[in-house]
Amino acid sequence: MTGFPLLSLAIWLPIVGGLLVLATGNDRNAMLARLLALIIAVLGFAITIPLYTGFDVTTSDMQFVEMLRWIPRFNINYNLGVDGISVLFILLNSFITILIVLASWKVIKEKVAQYMAAFLILSGLMNGIFASLDAVLFYVFFESSLIPMYLIVGVWGGQNRVYAAFKFFLYTLLGSLLMLIALLYLFFASGFSFSILEWHTLNLPYKPQILVFLAFLAAFSVKVPMWPVHTWLPDAHVEAPTGGSIVLAAIMLKLGAYGFLRFSLPIAPLASQALSGMMIGLSLIAVVYIGLVALVQQDMKKLIAYSSISHMGFVTLGFFIFNELGMEGALIQMISHGFISAGMFFCVGVLYDRMHSRQISDYGGVVNTMPKFAAFFMLFSMANAGLPATSGFVGEFMVIMGAVKFNFWTGFAAASTLILGASYTLWMYKRVIFGAVANKQVAALHDISAREFLILAVLAVCVLGMGLYPLPFTEVMHASVDNLLKHVASSKLP
Amino acid sequence: MNYVTPDLFPASAEIFMLIMASVILVTELVVAKEQRWIIYLLTQLSLVGAFALTFFTLDGQAVLTFGSMYIDDLFGDFVKLVLYFTVFVCLIYGRRYLSVRNLDKGEFYVLTLFATLGMMVVISASNFVSLFLGLELLALSLYGLISIDRDSAKSTEAAMKYFVLSAMASGMLLYGMSMIYGATGTLDLLAIGPRLASGGNMTVMLFGLVFLVAGLGFKLGVVPFHMWVPDVYHGAPTAVTLFIGSATKLAAFALLMRLLVMGLFDLVAHWQFMLMILAVLSIALGNLAAIAQTNIKRMLAFSAISHMGYMLLGLASGVFRENETNLLNAYSSAMFYIFSYVLMSLAAFGMVLLLSRAGFEADRLEDYKGLNKRSPWFAAMMMIIMLSMSGLPFFIGFYAKFMVLQSVVHVGYFWLAVFAVFFSLIGAFYYLRVVKLMYFDAPNEADANVEIDAPMDMRVMLSLNALAIALLGLMPSTVLEYSIASVHALLTLQ
Repeated sequence: MTGFPLLSLAIWLPIVGGLLVLATGNDRNAMLARLLALIIAVLGFAITIPLYTGFDVTTSDMQFVEMLRWIPRFNINYNLGVDGISVLFILLNSFITILIVLASWKVIKEKVAQYMAAFLILSGLMNGIFASLDAVLFYVFFESSLIPMYLIVGVWGGQNRVYAAFKFFLYTLLGSLLMLIALLYLFFASGFSFSILEWHTLNLPYKPQILVFLAFLAAFSVKVPMWPVHTWLPDAHVEAPTGGSIVLAAIMLKLGAYGFLRFSLPIAPLASQALSGMMIGLSLIAVVYIGLVALVQQDMKKLIAYSSISHMGFVTLGFFIFNELGMEGALIQMISHGFISAGMFFCVGVLYDRMHSRQISDYGGVVNTMPKFAAFFMLFSMANAGLPATSGFVGEFMVIMGAVKFNFWTGFAAASTLILGASYTLWMYKRVIFGAVANKQVAALHDISAREFLILAVLAVCVLGMGLYPLPFTEVMHASVDNLLKHVASSKLP
Repeated sequence: MNYVTPDLFPASAEIFMLIMASVILVTELVVAKEQRWIIYLLTQLSLVGAFALTFFTLDGQAVLTFGSMYIDDLFGDFVKLVLYFTVFVCLIYGRRYLSVRNLDKGEFYVLTLFATLGMMVVISASNFVSLFLGLELLALSLYGLISIDRDSAKSTEAAMKYFVLSAMASGMLLYGMSMIYGATGTLDLLAIGPRLASGGNMTVMLFGLVFLVAGLGFKLGVVPFHMWVPDVYHGAPTAVTLFIGSATKLAAFALLMRLLVMGLFDLVAHWQFMLMILAVLSIALGNLAAIAQTNIKRMLAFSAISHMGYMLLGLASGVFRENETNLLNAYSSAMFYIFSYVLMSLAAFGMVLLLSRAGFEADRLEDYKGLNKRSPWFAAMMMIIMLSMSGLPFFIGFYAKFMVLQSVVHVGYFWLAVFAVFFSLIGAFYYLRVVKLMYFDAPNEADANVEIDAPMDMRVMLSLNALAIALLGLMPSTVLEYSIASVHALLTLQ
């Protein structure tokens, strides 16, 4: 263990902080709970900044490594570390947590302490998922992150929240449990080791690789989510409170994609290549078919949920075409989608707080009464559609170029998102924002407050900044992506 | 005539317990109603005394006494220490419940001590006769305990059911024991192995084994000998259900280990297969039936059936294709499972007792509605208990399942592992349902403003109990090493 345990702090500070917030008690101390949560969220982000500034971009080795013996009998260690693939997500996670605390400031009035605590604990657990280098540690964080999310959806959610919470929990749990068996098999196959890095060097024979890949696929495809195991996401997004939707879209979906990069590709490279056709096919279905499904949605949140699935289809596509453009583009897409979907869901949340409706038909001409909001919403919608100069463009363009390099028709199908994405997003935007004022409630809307302006502005800066200058992001992931691709290619099928 | 006075020292704890039980039996005749706390105090002191006796006479040597009917070894001592602690906690939890219903008569404590004595004899038995003696002492005491509420038709019915089925099971056990005696000519558990090696009638042995396993299955409460479990758990007063659900499981486990692992190890391939069938049926039926329950005691009863099934999976994965190296791993995982189950069961039934008050049993699931509003702290405790029972990480229940699963995967029974996790997923539903009721629903009209009626010592103990489930989930090594040391002592006896 060298140096200051930054990663442990990044994980445990939010968790302990969350428990502290819980200790503030009932709703009489609501403002104290909110302030404490904000301070802890900001501190949590501040801790992760040195992870970026002190990151060595020239190497693909794990950095900020911490190693403690945990359960010696089974060689399970408290082993943490980050590389170019994971470090950016820890930063994204901690950053989004601040925004969530701010976003929920006025909206959540009941059990405020528990709400804030749930998000803080969730944030710490997710940092743990990204930083784990031990399979059991990863699994523990992976599964236990389901608990706060279940509570968030079920306690503070919408009408159908119980159904959505159960569906989310049980669906994701099924995949994780199958992954557990794969982890146990790998433990014995690797000579009693749970170290993920050691598993990367395993060189399993073909058939076990296929089975291990399928087990991991079960877990990660539900998390991403890929078609056809995506049906929990629209329900969860619609029923979750705004903060819940933001964390779900911005971070939790990325856990599945991260799992592919950390487990499936390096441990089962032969299987990844053999099944890449299937994975590309499923990704394209997500991009095209789910894009069409998004087009017909009446509920704004459901539309953005389907749009998320479609964007994540791009990510899995980028992974399985096995070239640098594709993989880096997918990682960029993951981060940019984090910003954009956070912005989109927050915008819908702003509208819902005022009108208590997510139905597009209840809106029309919002620009007349909320011009500042309309401007921000326009930026995020354009970014969602993939407009150049926004971060949405960078990732999508890199993946499409990579796909075209791989196979022209794959690239062609992937590029259809440029049309579909623009259609569903802009059509929704037009129906909600433009035109004449639709009804009395729209006429009575008041524009965004200072707090909402701050959140939207920060996200807008991120989206534009990343879109205009993505180098700070790409240079971090470059070495690790190269290393991963070399590893996968070295066992290439002829 | 040769009369050899047996060495009483190894059995000092049992003798002490017998004396104390008799003392309390006499004391309760002379004690006035207001001074009943003396009986409670004496009982707890005798448990502490027995703990001290066993603890300070711990030593690695196995000592046989009473004509090699009684064995004092590390395995027995370790299980007994946990037993004393379990009964101690049971009495703390049950006190208010019993006094409110006027059931805290001296007989209750005397019967509890005699039941504990019976369990101690079973745990330290090395001969069929002493085993049966201890078992019957336990069973007779339990008949009295279950029916201690004379005015309750439900309790009397439960006691009758337990009596009839238990008598039948004891009969089957005896029949099996007599067949084994017939085949080997000895009642001494440690001598069966050598006798078999020098030639014994295998058919008769197997016949006896089947009856033995049937009797054991009843005591453990596994399918298809499980019929008494839901009815007895439901019908008995909750303080007694607590005792049956936790302490007797320890004794049943010790019974299994003594009979099958210590005594009949040469037939391991046969009883392993039988246990696997019992395990599979219990896991399936226990998890499925619990979903349909509306009474939490019945739900916990079916969950107990499924948990015993998981534990048996550990025992059934000891030997594979003549390769014996998985013994320590397999049996210690089963022991770990029992220890963690006892901890969780204590806490779960403790919660039911906590919420009970005069004239109100708190055993329906809907009595837990909105517990988060009524008492956030105990709702959180119950959430920890329920999630731990479902096997979610960060709590000890996960490690229990993990240990058993790794043992099963180690010997290559992959489909069994997939089966186990699949039903674990199904099981997660009814535990989540309790969390849902507590957090997502509003409290019932009747309960909304009622204070929880429980003394401070119970609240503290229950909180510590639930927190131990969480903390041991972070540091499972202590319990793990304890289990491994105990099983190692047993395995190295021959």
